[in-house]
Amino acid sequence: MATNPLPPKARTAIPRQHMPEQEAAERAHNFSEVNLGFNFDITKQEALRCLACANPKCTDGCPVGVKVKDFIELILKGDYLAAAAKVREDDVLPAITGRVCPQEDQCEGACIMSKKFGPVGIGYLERFVADYERQTGKIGLPQNAPPTGKKVAIVGSGPAGLSAAGDLIQKGHNVRVFEALHEIGGVLVYGIPEFRLPKEIVRQEVENMKKMGVEFETNVVVGKTVTVDELLNEEGYSAVLVATGAGLPQFLGVPGEDLCGVYSANEFLTRVNLMKAYKFPEYDEPIYDCRGKNVAVVGGGNTAMDAIRSALRLGAKNAYVIYRRSETEMPARVEEVKHAKEEGIQFLLLNNPVEFLGDDRGWLRAASVIKMELGPADESGRRRPVPIKGSEYELPLDVAVIAVGTSSNPLVQSTTPDLKTRKGGYIEANTDTLKTSKPGVFAAGDIVTGGATVILAMGAGRKAAKAIDDYLCTGTW
Amino acid sequence: METQPFKIVEVRFLAPDVKLFRILAPRIARKQQPGQFVILRVHENGERIPLTIAESNPTDGTVTIIVQGIGKTTKHLNTLNAGDTILDVVGPLGKASHIEKFGTCVVIGGGVGTAIAYPTAKALHQAGNHVIAIIGGRTKQLVILENEAREVSDELFITTDDGSYGTKGLVIDPLKKMIADGRKIDLVLAIGPIPMMRAVAEVTRPLGIKTVVSLNPIMVDGTGMCGGCRVHVGGKSQFACVDGPEFDAHQVDFAGLTKRNALYRDMEKHSLVEFEQHRCKLSEAK
Ligand SMILES: Cc1cc2nc3c(=O)[nH]c(=O)nc-3n(C[C@H](O)[C@H](O)[C@H](O)COP(=O)(O)OP(=O)(O)OC[C@H]3O[C@@H](n4cnc5c(N)ncnc54)[C@H](O)[C@@H]3O)c2cc1C
Ligand SMILES: Cc1cc2nc3c(=O)[nH]c(=O)nc-3n(C[C@H](O)[C@H](O)[C@H](O)COP(=O)(O)OP(=O)(O)OC[C@H]3O[C@@H](n4cnc5c(N)ncnc54)[C@H](O)[C@@H]3O)c2cc1C
Ligand code: SF4
Ligand code: SF4
Ligand code: FES
Repeated sequence: MATNPLPPKARTAIPRQHMPEQEAAERAHNFSEVNLGFNFDITKQEALRCLACANPKCTDGCPVGVKVKDFIELILKGDYLAAAAKVREDDVLPAITGRVCPQEDQCEGACIMSKKFGPVGIGYLERFVADYERQTGKIGLPQNAPPTGKKVAIVGSGPAGLSAAGDLIQKGHNVRVFEALHEIGGVLVYGIPEFRLPKEIVRQEVENMKKMGVEFETNVVVGKTVTVDELLNEEGYSAVLVATGAGLPQFLGVPGEDLCGVYSANEFLTRVNLMKAYKFPEYDEPIYDCRGKNVAVVGGGNTAMDAIRSALRLGAKNAYVIYRRSETEMPARVEEVKHAKEEGIQFLLLNNPVEFLGDDRGWLRAASVIKMELGPADESGRRRPVPIKGSEYELPLDVAVIAVGTSSNPLVQSTTPDLKTRKGGYIEANTDTLKTSKPGVFAAGDIVTGGATVILAMGAGRKAAKAIDDYLCTGTW
Repeated sequence: METQPFKIVEVRFLAPDVKLFRILAPRIARKQQPGQFVILRVHENGERIPLTIAESNPTDGTVTIIVQGIGKTTKHLNTLNAGDTILDVVGPLGKASHIEKFGTCVVIGGGVGTAIAYPTAKALHQAGNHVIAIIGGRTKQLVILENEAREVSDELFITTDDGSYGTKGLVIDPLKKMIADGRKIDLVLAIGPIPMMRAVAEVTRPLGIKTVVSLNPIMVDGTGMCGGCRVHVGGKSQFACVDGPEFDAHQVDFAGLTKRNALYRDMEKHSLVEFEQHRCKLSEAK
């Protein structure tokens, strides 16, 4: 490729560039973003590493097929706005995915450079161009097609709902997003904390959509405030997209889980993020005081990392991750685990709480934790952890946060009788069209797949938007 | 177009610190059933708190709530007047009360529990039940909704702890007397402070009288998403916001509920002290 002046050997000789970040000791006490972002020089160095493969594996690795090679090429040309636009062709939330995608399992994991030299920092570059675009304020909002007069209702404002809304408004339809909470963004605002994804970025994306004409109605719990059938039959919507996520918290089911001081990760993170408890008493929402306390999270995913790092920032003295498998099995993004360690989070791997112990006022005082070892592989291919008999010990704790996964919220399904569900209450939808069993109703994101990723939810939202547009134009189901 | 704040169209004090609000919320007014509640947030920096819908009018699109000022958020709410707005109101949440013709129903409301019990009592009355209402409070001024309770009941008992109004004693006393007199009771609905509901459950348990209580754990979202409202009922963890708030009193773990509700006491006090200081400053400024 003409734009990259370096021969391949010289490209591979450049080391993967480091992301500038807040010092661990400092950031452990604030909620500002950890990663500070590339500057122009680092961006160029990193972009120069790309081999511009004839058969780019990176694009295959990305669930929505971002044209990585092409946008990197545009970075090298110095045309960052064009680079951002190139990403946007496939990924409508680049500032978000650049920050939160599990790149090591997706684009970067597939990058040809990854084995020998370390992958090209695709996520960092994507973030750079998206931030550049946002800061210049030159986001090229696409022109909407002439109005079709058709109305589409979208239930849930997470990445699946937002991306569908963005596509459908461009097709000229009237789009209204209904959200149960008082803020738009789903997990992006109530789950993922400020230090990893500044809320300002989500707000900006929502503003863009408003400018394009998407209507948002918060404080509407579909299934309670209004039903899917009422939207279709009484409010004149021609199609409904259910994008309600997988928001129901799961608990361990061990004794003592109802003690004061034991939270679900959803509650803990919602209080911290959505209700901004970290600004208490400026904001009213109380979160159990973590200052000087022993706090543990149970689980090994992104949610667990987000919760425990929030607790640390709220002043925890000891902050533990209790995970029943080993580090290789941890589903969290590699970068988050690394950051957590640097910040002083203590990892109790191959450990599992079997009981929470309370004091006589009903407050958590400790967990009884058992040690585990890895046995043979299970159905998922991961080695199954088995408890080591007699290895229980008491870990003194003031707060415990349970982050062992979520399941589907039944509010929409239970009030829409002809909507077929599968095991776990998730909505059954065609993989290509995301059509459900009920004519006019589509479903996308975590409510179909179970807890997954931002980019998968977004990809599904866009697929659904396409199918909804087809349905509205042809009128055939 | 975005969601607009919710407009207050009417306010009225029912007792010192107990205020009735009629709020324009057409979607909620259309769907509300007795026993359901809203969660509201007064302003941007506010907490989300649950409040029962006392009444709704689908025609003019209003819902009525009755608020007892006990902490920062409820006291702040009670400073608002007609024409003011509330930033967020979401609902109707929770399961509707189970209404059918049971026969004789005793509805007990302690303090602001009377407001929570009122819509269900009304529905029971309309369904043809013989409704005996027992309402009470610590002192005369805290007895609320007397007229409303009278309208939806066939017999009304009023008690105050200090004897300043009605009979001196607790709301549970008339119930005990009815049972001692051998009156046939088919359903008891008790709503009020936890110790009161617990005591009612203990009185009716030996006789196997069906007893329903409405639980008030701390809530955040009200949609089953946070699990903060979990209560132990029948040995199982249930979410009061979606599985309740009404539960079979004989299955409820009241001791656990009492402890969980004390969770934020220190911070709530802090909020309240701040709020009162702030209010003093405001009035000084005026
Ligand atoms: C703490 C945490 C950290 C995560 N970190 C990452 C990460 O780093 N990288 C990554 O790729 N993924 C991450 N994930 C997963 C990712 O956020 C989700 O897979 C993704 O958000 C799913 O999108 P969605 O649109 O399907 O649903 P959601 O984002 O869950 O949004 C659903 C929305 O629907 C609303 N809703 C629900 N029911 C109703 C109803 N009845 N009526 C109206 N509205 C309703 C909800 O309030 C919510 O706003 C994380 C998840 C969590 C919880
Ligand atoms: C389903 C339900 C229906 C209710 N209906 C009514 C009603 O119709 N009228 C009325 O006046 N009150 C009602 N309540 C109680 C009301 O929600 C609380 O009084 C209010 O949240 C207190 O907030 P605060 O900031 O003013 O006081 P705080 O200072 O926060 O708290 C004072 C006390 O209220 C309890 N409390 C605090 N936060 C909550 C919460 N989010 N949910 C429940 N209890 C809490 C605490 O245990 C504390 O002891 C209801 C509660 C529930 C769960
Ligand atoms: S969207 Fe995610 S997976 Fe795709 S290229 Fe961007 S960072 Fe990689
Ligand atoms: S696989 Fe890696 S080196 Fe090849 S084009 Fe993609 S980013 Fe560049
Ligand atoms: S209030 Fe969050 S689950 Fe009930």
